[in-house]
Amino acid sequence: MDLAPVPGFTTARRQRLDANAWIDQLAQARAAGARLGALWASDARATEGVFRVCVVVQQSRALDWLELALPAGGPLDYPDISGLFPAAGRMQRAACDLLGVRATAADQRPWLRHAWPEGLFPLRADAAGTVGESPTGPYPFVSVAGDGVHEIPVGPVHAGIIEPGHFRFSVVGEKVLRLEERLGYVHKGIEKRFESFPATEGQRLAARVSGDSAAGFSWAYCMALEGLCGGEPPPRALYLRALALERERLANHLGDLGALGNDAGFAFGLSQFAHLKECLLRTNAEIYGHRYPMDEVVPGGVMHDLSSAAAGLVLRELDALTAQLARLDAIYTDHPGLQDRFVGAGRVSPELAARLGLAGLAGRASGQAFDLRTDCPAPPYDRLEVRMVTRNEGDVAARVAVRFEETRVAIELCRRLLHELPAGAIRVPLPAPRSDRPGLGLVEGWRGPLLVALEVAGDGRIARCRPQDPSWHNWPALEHAIIDNIVPDFPLINKSFNLAYSGHDL
Amino acid sequence: MLKILRVIARSGLRSEPLPAPDADRLPDQRLHEDLRMLLGRALCIRQVDAGSCNGCELEIHALGNAYYNLEGAGIRFVASPRHADLLLVTGPVTRNMREALLRTYQATPPPRLVVAVGDCGCTGGIFGASYASCGAVANVLPVDASVPGCPPSPTAILQVIVDLVRARHR
Repeated sequence: MDLAPVPGFTTARRQRLDANAWIDQLAQARAAGARLGALWASDARATEGVFRVCVVVQQSRALDWLELALPAGGPLDYPDISGLFPAAGRMQRAACDLLGVRATAADQRPWLRHAWPEGLFPLRADAAGTVGESPTGPYPFVSVAGDGVHEIPVGPVHAGIIEPGHFRFSVVGEKVLRLEERLGYVHKGIEKRFESFPATEGQRLAARVSGDSAAGFSWAYCMALEGLCGGEPPPRALYLRALALERERLANHLGDLGALGNDAGFAFGLSQFAHLKECLLRTNAEIYGHRYPMDEVVPGGVMHDLSSAAAGLVLRELDALTAQLARLDAIYTDHPGLQDRFVGAGRVSPELAARLGLAGLAGRASGQAFDLRTDCPAPPYDRLEVRMVTRNEGDVAARVAVRFEETRVAIELCRRLLHELPAGAIRVPLPAPRSDRPGLGLVEGWRGPLLVALEVAGDGRIARCRPQDPSWHNWPALEHAIIDNIVPDFPLINKSFNLAYSGHDL
Repeated sequence: MLKILRVIARSGLRSEPLPAPDADRLPDQRLHEDLRMLLGRALCIRQVDAGSCNGCELEIHALGNAYYNLEGAGIRFVASPRHADLLLVTGPVTRNMREALLRTYQATPPPRLVVAVGDCGCTGGIFGASYASCGAVANVLPVDASVPGCPPSPTAILQVIVDLVRARHR
């Protein structure tokens, strides 16, 4: 067995297997409680004459990168793993759309391909850059039959300021019998676009995989790249990266807590939390020169240093935030109307969450006790002893409670990062990246684990980059969460997950 | 209830004055007047995400907070394009969203304004045009004004909307 270390995220090991060993090993991993990290494919015909299907699974601290080679001339079929890891189903369909490798699964509907011709596989090296329109025709939704059942189609353009996606509800009266999602509307060819970037600039595109997770994805990208370069950012840069990531978590959690109040008819919550978020963004503008940490994480370190005056400003802001958060938490908790909407809505039980592989924040609200910052902390989190927040109820109330508590944890972390901020450089030059093996970056973003798998070509360009957002894991769970709830509760339940469309559609 | 009122009092008034138009710094009330002259009512905006990374949506959301006091200026976001005077489109326009965007445009009653928001909406930005992306909003729809930035700040978005309405009025 060939067990190769993967540069970047240090506990990862890569193995190349044949189809039988591949499925055996994945079944064993599943039985042992492993979580699916990502599934994707790549075109390695130029170097090895094969297409590769890659899966990353994680079992506590150990990450296994399992690779299956499909010879280019032969059939491009491989064993379906969605029976083991349900979230893999859509990843397999996406891999089929992009590269033409087919899992032997029952569901062969296109997933990301809505408007480009069948038989065009954009991630193949020989694919044409631009193509004409070629709508794929109506999407065959699964329909529900029975007395009084009707369908409500929603989207892709929704009523609010929200990303596009289509939801097909089958309902009786107000009660939802079934929800089927159709995503892919914001597929803009990010993975193909990566291949036109030099590896040293790919973090800019990574930051825009999902704009609300800019610091997280650009850090995961840089972690993979720095592994390939054999370089490490200085300690001060790692602390400043964590500060940017935790501030990103704060901004998103505060925004969500306000929006969740609003979706339950409590406009006061929205205006108060939006005020707190705006303060945070304005401080960002002062310390980063930008309201969002879009281009803050760069290979070898970070873009901006933090003066002691700026650190003081951030600390004062955190004090004010702590006090206001406590007041708002008490109001949310004591508000009977709000709690009536939150408690019991959109429940995903811990058993179901485990079966579906629910990840990140939504997973922790359903008893899935996993947080990269606690379970396999990369520097600087290895020194910070991050307190993990979990709930077992799995309903909207639990996802609200996890957000409140994680906001408090992020505030504590920011304080600690600022008090212990090491002196020294914020950026170091990196050696050229190696091109003989792939690298892996993994960061706990506010929504959940963000994974970036990166291969660099000999000329320093990106050969393949796969960013994987936890939304891939959690979108299917939303279809379960809504069952037996009423249609008017969908916006609230959807918001409580707040999944990415862009981060998923790529 | 008392707790809620106390928090409201503590937060105080956060609304800031509207950005003055670039060329001639007229008082804010003029915008209101212009809106009424042009449209006979408030300016209704329908936002369409035609493929953005959701960064622009964060700032368009922020426009709704107390600081920018959008509704105070007579501007509001509406749920249906049929109620809208202006489409605020973020991009790049993906091929998968092209048809939905065109249908939204057709559902908006003329005279309708289109504002492309963000570097991607303006030029295709970092994503460019490809098998999956049509690039700039202007490649798909006639665009009346653009707001560059990645993402542009709420003030920048508001500024362009104010200037556009005023220019149309002249």
